[in-house]
Amino acid sequence: MTEALLAVLRPFADIVSGPAFFVEVLIGGIAAGLMYSLVALGFVLIYKASGVFNFAQGVMVLFAALTLVGLMERGVPVPLALALTMLVMILLAFAIERVVLRPLVNQPYIILFMATIGLNFFLEGFGEMAWGANVKKLDVGIPDRSFMVKGVQINQLEMFAALTAAVLVTILAVFFQRTRIGRALRAVADDHEAALSIGIPLKTIWVVVWSVAGLVAIVAGVMWGAKSGVQFSLSLIALKALPVLILGGFESVPGAIVGGLIIGVGEKIGEVYWGPLVGGAIENWFAYVLALAFLLVRPQGLFGEKIIERV
Amino acid sequence: MVVRGAAAGESVTGSDATGPLLEVDGVSVRFGALLALNRVSLEIQRGEVVAIIGPNGAGKTTLLNVISGFYHPYEGRIVFDGQDRTRLRPPDVAALGVARTFQNVALFKGMSVLDNIMTGRLLKMKGHFLLDALWWGPARRQELQHRAFVERIIDFLEIQAIRKMPAARLPYGLQKRVELARALAAEPELLLLDEPMAGMNVEEKEDMCRFILDVNEEFGTTIALIEHDMGVVMDISDRVAVLDYGRKIADGTPDEVRKDQAVLDAYLGVAHD
Repeated sequence: MTEALLAVLRPFADIVSGPAFFVEVLIGGIAAGLMYSLVALGFVLIYKASGVFNFAQGVMVLFAALTLVGLMERGVPVPLALALTMLVMILLAFAIERVVLRPLVNQPYIILFMATIGLNFFLEGFGEMAWGANVKKLDVGIPDRSFMVKGVQINQLEMFAALTAAVLVTILAVFFQRTRIGRALRAVADDHEAALSIGIPLKTIWVVVWSVAGLVAIVAGVMWGAKSGVQFSLSLIALKALPVLILGGFESVPGAIVGGLIIGVGEKIGEVYWGPLVGGAIENWFAYVLALAFLLVRPQGLFGEKIIERV
Repeated sequence: MVVRGAAAGESVTGSDATGPLLEVDGVSVRFGALLALNRVSLEIQRGEVVAIIGPNGAGKTTLLNVISGFYHPYEGRIVFDGQDRTRLRPPDVAALGVARTFQNVALFKGMSVLDNIMTGRLLKMKGHFLLDALWWGPARRQELQHRAFVERIIDFLEIQAIRKMPAARLPYGLQKRVELARALAAEPELLLLDEPMAGMNVEEKEDMCRFILDVNEEFGTTIALIEHDMGVVMDISDRVAVLDYGRKIADGTPDEVRKDQAVLDAYLGVAHD
């Protein structure tokens, strides 16, 4: 009994005795967390503005990365390829509004959700048809090297990804909370009819939001793609975004950030220090168990709007 | 009241300042086999308070929805301020200066009262995407100006005490008042109210009547409202239009309408012998 307890507590001693290594793990966790946030952010944006849970967000990340790599493979220089990919994602937003959302205005949310499932499979097939299904390497010009700062090893690519994510996330958070368009977005999310009646053009808002979600998907696709190659499994990072959303709250931009950080840091520390104790693979389930616990205690998430139902 | 004068950049779009503000001309709306509106015509003059009454299912809300662009008629025209705008969509109608409230309060439930009313100012706000995002310079000044305007509406409707509360927590009567505030924030030329007093107690109804009359008198806003409470209708409206089974069966001053045989028949029923 005491032996088991000791084994569980020993990692704490390890943390204290090796602070440099701990900082390294922490940084790794923060970097991974920000990348989760980036994916979760795509969900939050669309959920806030249209109340739709966009099942296709993960595939949008994959599609963006595929398009970028595909263009680069055909000899298009990086900046141009990036610009073209942005254009493709914005066109995609227009198409989605016209073909999927507009015919379904004021339908129950479950219908819209199912429409995004359809979108998911369409994009997946279409992306592979257009760009091929083999694993591709994405080289964004930032070497996957590490450097040492005061005995702490830092990966250059991870650092770059983390910084980009941080900047993007900050801009979006301010935009939503503080501005006229942000308020319009929140209004649309809350009540379509009322939003229309005060002069908010639903279509424009949707195109804006899906475009922004598309751009976020590009960033996420580039970061994840550079790390682990562009392939189908890229779309599965959406699954990691789900616990982030449950933790942070579906309609909160800051929630997506904090949720991502908690999960990124939590699973890294769990894996490195407590992993050996249970034979590893903590990273795979940590996020979901945490999310489950949250659902029991605080179902609206850390920053979600409290669910109030008048009886 | 200072509100109207303070309207930043507001100008009277006087293309036809003498004609009616709104002209509904032979409008029909059909839902499948149901003829919800059957060649209804109605003129609303500038500065009037017009009540639209009728039994349940008479087409009152449909008429309001047609005016505000939620439905489009399959025949007939809608002329606002001398311009045909039969097929405009709701946001465009709002941009022309028509604000409305809904039968079942349509507030943004997750947002505070203040934010709800601020959304009513959206059309009056101009902005640049990036400046907005940075919350900098003109964007910030503009936000503060509009905020000041909204505070005056809050004072006017006497809802200072609840301005920070989430809309969903308010009792029904207050929600209706906040919805009115949001509509007023847009400084409308024409205000459409769908049953503004439904579900209210006597005291709340009296307050609401007073607010509606004050809005009409002090801002000169033209008002069309749907209401079931006959006492209220007769008290506050200059003119009453009566709908029954999608047709307009009467239109006149409250006194005229009260004595109209067709109206009495519609409300009390006719003996079929």
